[in-house]
Amino acid sequence: MANKEKDITVHLKLWRQKNRKDKGQFDEHTLSGVSTGSSFLEMLDQLNEQLIIEDKAPFAFDHDCREGICGMCSLMINGQAHGPEKATTTCQLHMRSFEDQDTIVIEPWRSSAFPVLKDCVVDRSAFDKVIQAGGFTSVNVGNAQDANAIPIAKENADLAMDAAACIGCGACVASCPNASAMLFTSAKISQLALLPQGKVEAEKRAAKMVEEMDELGFGNCSNHAECEASCPKEINLSNIARMNREFFKSKTFSRKD
Amino acid sequence: MSFKLDSKIPEGPIQDKWENHKFKCKLVNPSNKRKYTVIVVGTGLAGGSAAASMAELGYNVKSFCIQDTPRRAHSIAAQGGINAAKNYQNDGDSVWRLFYDTVKGGDYRSREANVYRLAQVSNNIIDQCVAQGVPFARDYGGYLDNRSFGGAQVSRTFYAKGQTGQQLLLGAYQSMMKEVAKGKIDLYTRREILDIVVIDGKARGIIVRDLISGDIERHVADAVILASGGYGNVYFLSTNAMASNVGAAWKAYKKGAGFANPCFTQIHPTCIPVHGENQAKLTLMSESLRNDGRVWVPAKADDKRHPNEIPEEERDYYLERIYPSFGNLVPRDVASRNAKTMVDENKGVGDTGVAVYLDFKDAIARDGQPAIEERYGNLFEMYQRITNESPYEQPMRIYPAVHYTMGGLWVDYNLQSTIPGLHVLGEANFSDHGANRLGASALMQGLADGYFVIPYTIGNYFGTNKLEKVDTSHPEFDKAEKAAKAQIDKFLNIKGKRTADDFHKKLGKIMWEHVGMAREEKGLKTAISEIKKLRAEFWTDLKIPGNQDEINRELEKAGRVADFLELGELMARDALTRPESCGGHFRLESQTPENEALRNDEDFAHSAVWEFKGVDDEPARHKEELTFENVPLTQRSYK
Repeated sequence: MANKEKDITVHLKLWRQKNRKDKGQFDEHTLSGVSTGSSFLEMLDQLNEQLIIEDKAPFAFDHDCREGICGMCSLMINGQAHGPEKATTTCQLHMRSFEDQDTIVIEPWRSSAFPVLKDCVVDRSAFDKVIQAGGFTSVNVGNAQDANAIPIAKENADLAMDAAACIGCGACVASCPNASAMLFTSAKISQLALLPQGKVEAEKRAAKMVEEMDELGFGNCSNHAECEASCPKEINLSNIARMNREFFKSKTFSRKD
Repeated sequence: MSFKLDSKIPEGPIQDKWENHKFKCKLVNPSNKRKYTVIVVGTGLAGGSAAASMAELGYNVKSFCIQDTPRRAHSIAAQGGINAAKNYQNDGDSVWRLFYDTVKGGDYRSREANVYRLAQVSNNIIDQCVAQGVPFARDYGGYLDNRSFGGAQVSRTFYAKGQTGQQLLLGAYQSMMKEVAKGKIDLYTRREILDIVVIDGKARGIIVRDLISGDIERHVADAVILASGGYGNVYFLSTNAMASNVGAAWKAYKKGAGFANPCFTQIHPTCIPVHGENQAKLTLMSESLRNDGRVWVPAKADDKRHPNEIPEEERDYYLERIYPSFGNLVPRDVASRNAKTMVDENKGVGDTGVAVYLDFKDAIARDGQPAIEERYGNLFEMYQRITNESPYEQPMRIYPAVHYTMGGLWVDYNLQSTIPGLHVLGEANFSDHGANRLGASALMQGLADGYFVIPYTIGNYFGTNKLEKVDTSHPEFDKAEKAAKAQIDKFLNIKGKRTADDFHKKLGKIMWEHVGMAREEKGLKTAISEIKKLRAEFWTDLKIPGNQDEINRELEKAGRVADFLELGELMARDALTRPESCGGHFRLESQTPENEALRNDEDFAHSAVWEFKGVDDEPARHKEELTFENVPLTQRSYK
């Protein structure tokens, strides 16, 4: 049987910021009666119900699917993106990872490319722009040939799937001292580079996506590997190496536009 | 009757209907397409694929979603796979068989012509997705792998690990981004639909709230497409995402769109059981687990032993016992109902006694742990994260949870609602799954509607309708915006004592108890009166903090709960007026001697389509009669 769940009390230090322009500060709250079987976000729901009843402003944070796949939830928890558990999104983090009377510090993703909108809600639309720069195959509906026309080695298909598992949450950027988006960008470049369908546009894709990434204000990679450590989907650092090769090919061999 | 239900099913044999219809559809020539603007609400598989493919054709698309980016729509959470009639496995599959299985699986409450078209285009979907770079699972020869799924005896399900929905959605999303870059799609994220604007009887725009600034915006177009998903969150606890809501569809209903079969909800058999009062949502464990997992409960009631201590002969593998030919792979409605029966007989397991076991012990012994890990590793990890138990060491505990809604806005063969110009795609419409959806069919339907149906039928709408030029200064926009703002002011001024979630949880309990897995007349009547009472309390005792001109999650929730409080009543009413059992709709009064769902084809082989008459007035019930010319009506049997 499951280890018996119990109720604990936690002390929360929450980042509060009214809007994009506000300077922001930490607020402190104590929350009792938190079941260790609750998810971290259910704990915050519980806090908000309490705050509303006490006529205080509820705490704003992003979340949606609560199954660890939509990438909407974020939160720096005690300085770690998505909290202390490996390969786990905030919504899949459970209170049994904390002890009674723990202090938990909750902050937003911090990066100039992800401005804070309110409390811990940030604007991650920069990721959409990176994909718009080339993270697709230009195949219009109606063009496709039979799905089995081109066999793809299982190993490549599996590696492509591993890269494609990225949920676009932004933990990689938030964890990186340079606020680099290289793990995110490389995951898409890698997926498409590994598949024959992606080869057609490979010549320009990497250069275009990397240039867009730089323009949006994301930093460079200096091999800290914090991105890989914090990634809830365990996207591998080797994708960045593959992206760099693709970028090099792009820059070296590409015909001029 | 103020609306006419003309399903517009094309003439001819079922195999030729879609081809004939496509030929007869009016075309819009390429240089004229850029003169049309289409609004698409929702960016899941249906909305995302529709937006991308219409933009590719040259239409101007305005795409709206509630999340911060289209890639987060809840289609992303679909785990198991997508069906297609490719017959790559040489195991006897065909378009006809997929069609047949889907009509039968839907318990004969879907429209044959739509289902046949769905089966026909299923193969194109797989081709399109592979071309987009969707990394489907492959075998060692490099060809696409398939697995079998509940309700089917062939392997026709394509999958990408346990993340098929994610990969298909990212394919559609990337196609959208390609069109955003070209300027053919304008993207509006973090927007919530507050109303549909109907001008001269045609859908011409929407009113939305910008969830960051609180601004109320008007958007005009030549047609409106709703792909806003299902309404499972009416139960509060479901496998839907937290923001999934019925808002857009409900506003359309109140503007005159018929709502079909609202009581047809799917309770998915394999979810992680509820753990406590503060729980906010339920998590699905893919149905694909039933390929290798065996469902059982202790043979005698109130057996509190650890599962590993219960010997084989004291276990009841009830699905294998009752349904020897389908065993653990019976359709979802059958699996769910049987789990409830076991729990009702006090054979439920776990601390709460509201769960059954799904056991992988034999599969691990047969195929080895690495093979099982390869197939289900990510699901097992997810299970362990939530429950703190390892499915490698002891059986999973599962229990049914609300997952999908087959009901939705009524549409004709062109996917148009009873409001001209308002088209409805994916889970938001009602057409293809009847009273029960088979596994791996939702992804298929969403993408079929968006990639392969609407691009043709929208052209036909433009080609056959003369649209007056209108802009957002039209009085109907003034009226709709004023009403939306008035509702927001009303929420903020109630200044009561209870939160939106508090009301939502109460509603969820009423729905689960009376409009859940088993329904009967008395309970449904109780539900209607309790919901009315709760709705009155909501409008006098709701408490919303903060203001309109900021990010205000409680204000957003209030709008959604207000809609659910009206929808819940309609669902109960629909269930009450269908005293037969079919698919996911099980009326205790209508069972076979073996306690299986007993249909009444003589009186109820129709879709019930509801017409709004006022919040506190009884809606009108209309019928679309269903005819079965190709799949003979039989009592479903999986024995």
